[in-house]
Amino acid sequence: MQAHLLSILIWLPIVAGIVVILLGERRIAAGRWLALLAAVATLILSFPLLAHFDTQTAAYQFGEKAAWIPRFNAFYALGVDGISLPLVVLTAVMTIPVIIAAWTVVKTRAPQYFAAFLIMEGLMIGVFSATDALLFYFFWEAMLIPMFLIIGIWGGPRRVYATIKFFLYTFLGSVFMLAALIYMYVKAGNYAIASFQSLPLTLEEQRWIFAAFLLAFAVKVPMWPVHTWLPDAHVEAPTGGSVILAAIMLKMGGYGFLRFSLPITPDACRELNLLVITLSLIAVIYIGFVAIVQADMKKLIAYSSIAHMGFVTLGAFVVYEIVRTTGQVQGAAMGMDGAMVQMISHGLISGALFLCVGVLYDRVHSREISAYGGVINTMPIFAAFMVMFALANTGLPGTSGFVGEFLVILASFKASFWYSTLAAVTLILGACYTLWLVKRVLYGPVANDQVAHLTDLNGREFVVLGMLAVLVLAIGIWPQPLLKIMEPSIHHLVTQAVATKIPV
Amino acid sequence: MMTTLHSMTPATPEIYLAFAICVVLLFEVFVGVKRPGATATLTLLVLAVGAALTVRYADVDHHQILFDGMYVTDPLAFVLKLAGFLFVAVALLYSRMYLENRDILRGEYYVLALTALLGIFVLVSANSLLTVYIGVELLALSVYSLVAFDRESGLAAESAMKYFVLGAIASGTLLYGMSIVYGLTGTLNLEVIATKLTTPGSLGVILGLAFIVVAVAFKFGAVPFHMWLPDVYEGAPTSVTLFVGTAPKIAYFALMLRLLAHGLAGTAADWTLMLTPLAVLTLIVGNVVAIVQSNLKRMLAYSTIGHVGFIVLGFVAGTPSGYTAALYYMLVYVLVALGAFGVILLASRKGFEADKLDHYKGLYQRDPLLALVMMLLMFSFAGVPPLVGFWAKLRIIQALWETSHLGLVVVAVVMSVVGAFYYLRVVKLMYFDAPPDSLPATLRPLGPRFVIGVNAAAALVLGILPAPLLDLCSRVIH
Repeated sequence: MQAHLLSILIWLPIVAGIVVILLGERRIAAGRWLALLAAVATLILSFPLLAHFDTQTAAYQFGEKAAWIPRFNAFYALGVDGISLPLVVLTAVMTIPVIIAAWTVVKTRAPQYFAAFLIMEGLMIGVFSATDALLFYFFWEAMLIPMFLIIGIWGGPRRVYATIKFFLYTFLGSVFMLAALIYMYVKAGNYAIASFQSLPLTLEEQRWIFAAFLLAFAVKVPMWPVHTWLPDAHVEAPTGGSVILAAIMLKMGGYGFLRFSLPITPDACRELNLLVITLSLIAVIYIGFVAIVQADMKKLIAYSSIAHMGFVTLGAFVVYEIVRTTGQVQGAAMGMDGAMVQMISHGLISGALFLCVGVLYDRVHSREISAYGGVINTMPIFAAFMVMFALANTGLPGTSGFVGEFLVILASFKASFWYSTLAAVTLILGACYTLWLVKRVLYGPVANDQVAHLTDLNGREFVVLGMLAVLVLAIGIWPQPLLKIMEPSIHHLVTQAVATKIPV
Repeated sequence: MMTTLHSMTPATPEIYLAFAICVVLLFEVFVGVKRPGATATLTLLVLAVGAALTVRYADVDHHQILFDGMYVTDPLAFVLKLAGFLFVAVALLYSRMYLENRDILRGEYYVLALTALLGIFVLVSANSLLTVYIGVELLALSVYSLVAFDRESGLAAESAMKYFVLGAIASGTLLYGMSIVYGLTGTLNLEVIATKLTTPGSLGVILGLAFIVVAVAFKFGAVPFHMWLPDVYEGAPTSVTLFVGTAPKIAYFALMLRLLAHGLAGTAADWTLMLTPLAVLTLIVGNVVAIVQSNLKRMLAYSTIGHVGFIVLGFVAGTPSGYTAALYYMLVYVLVALGAFGVILLASRKGFEADKLDHYKGLYQRDPLLALVMMLLMFSFAGVPPLVGFWAKLRIIQALWETSHLGLVVVAVVMSVVGAFYYLRVVKLMYFDAPPDSLPATLRPLGPRFVIGVNAAAALVLGILPAPLLDLCSRVIH
């Protein structure tokens, strides 16, 4: 069973999703339970991955390999290392709240809703566990279809604009990556990511490939200035769509940088790292300011996501500056550790915040901050959760938000005083936009009749938010197990990233 | 006598088909007029038997030249002929109800479809300029008449006229080019031409090639020789659009391969240079103009042009890998186009032609199966995995990289994004919009609906497991 564990994780939710569709609208009760069962089963099946993961090696584990397209030397090859394993588990975790949160709330075409998220789950796990670039791309692109439908069918009033924008932005980025992958295939003769990583490339080639990757991953992360699809997509998407977008799909961009850009084009990354660092700092500071002035809760959290993802790219690319200024490789790993922890933590926190907005939206049917006020008076338990997630979002010590940001700021301090100073501005800006949001929504006198008649969390919502709260605190208080899983892979990645691949 | 008969066995598909055409025609005269629809059934039977005979008698493994060098049979011809049988059968199956509803379900329709198929076969197996020309004309004349088949429709007559006049000019161009090649080499045999014309760049060769390339571009609908295509697609009865848009692509691919890639292989440097701007223009015009169409048939016409651009790109690469990519792209395109036009046929009714994009609003709520089929096909056209269209684009890009065409790769990928937009719009109409009340219900005949489901499923399965078809294409192009 362990030999095919990853395959099961990918295909179990997909098959379950198809069954849910086949059950149809009339047997939606059964469909719902089946969806939940599949999501929980996927999570439980991902535990053996954690339990049997060897934290001493950077090699891919739980590997599977089967012929897929022999003529292209493309394989159905799966495996996880310290970088992908946490993301696989994160995906399995985050699908459950999405399904529970939609339980009775989604009324139109409910079977398709559950099915879309289950299929997404399988595809996303596929993205993180593919060790063959063609398979990776296959999952990466296939995911666009369910997300396109999710936003388009269950989204808000401007859903069509948002979903087409989302699709075309990501598609444009990805096709250039595809062109780059095929180029390397023509040179290397196979599609294994590992063979791309060891393929010698001239600086000129690396620059082009880096540009193609940057386009694909920067759109997905998203980095300033190609971020504009995200606020639209988030605002219009249904709650579950926003959660998956923020929690998992954005991580694919970060994962792409770590898995493809840094090891495959290290020399181009070294040459162009200032570009990425600058864009990251712009995301952290400028987008932070933009977030402050938002009147829509979802938009605010969307902008906050962009700012937080800026830390991921900063942490990954500051490596080169650290090596340049200190001449040491050890310190460089810290930035990457920070980037990884930030991804996991942001996945949990942003997902939780979107769920909180969903809780309010289900009751009041407005996302405008001005429609609320004094919610704490009628929903004290909810308010406690939301305050906790908001504080985690600002990077309060003891929550997972603190660990990632702290590591990245610390690492960038080694590179340059100014990077860390600029990055640290987020501690102020993040507090501004998050706490001001909390103040306006939760505190103060009861703003209107609707708020006065709010009912507190029901059991279903409590379970969902409680589960995420526990995880946020656990990683915040004791991040060591997570760091330990990542350590050998991060170390290996840093060696790859600082090596040179230019043929002599 | 025995030996002669034996030597004719590889030509079984053509001989059988010519014979079967006569049978179908007579059947129509004596039986079909009394029982409309009987001819349709017989034709499907004829095609099934033809496919079986082809598998049984046609030479699969060997490359053989027959009939004094006029005719060639090889694995490629075998595969293309089988594909021809299959695609024509599916096209006719989708069309029947549509023809019935418009009172044009007559035997001649099927006879013309079969003569067109015979033209395709002749082209596929052509080894001489003469055979090529006979194939082209047999196919073209059948198709012109099919376009004009609905005598009551002025629009159809107009587009048939346009098609005929422009097509005749293209045929003339083709003949003129061929005559120049004949003048240079003194032979009509493509294999001999290949051994004689080995140096690119001479004025005579360029002149002859220019005419041939123009004719081929016209047949395929490459820009700037595409003007006929949207008008014919829009004006012809939809069942004819389905026919014109699918099976003949096999023939045009074969035309390009046999004539340019094999016969004029020595001058590849010249004709790839001529095809390059054609391919780029075709990609850009096809994809960009498709965006502003409000008629689905017309949109699909421009989308066809866009896809032709990709097929031509395979030839621009000028390598066996490129031809393989073009073959694969062509087969995939035809498979998907069959389904897409089939959806239009099934969404139409007596007195109602579902050819406007607005007619697909909320199709999901009116007919979930048809909407699902159309969505899969649209994503396949757009080249999104896990649909088969993705591999077609991938294969073309790979062939371009192998020959270091950076600029063309960029054009190809950018245009596939532009193309994605109008395919997404169809999905948007079907799934995100509410259906207007005024639209009539879709057709629900069991057989065609089952086949169209299989058609879409094929696009999905071949997308998830692309190896067999990719392998087949590589094997038949050597």
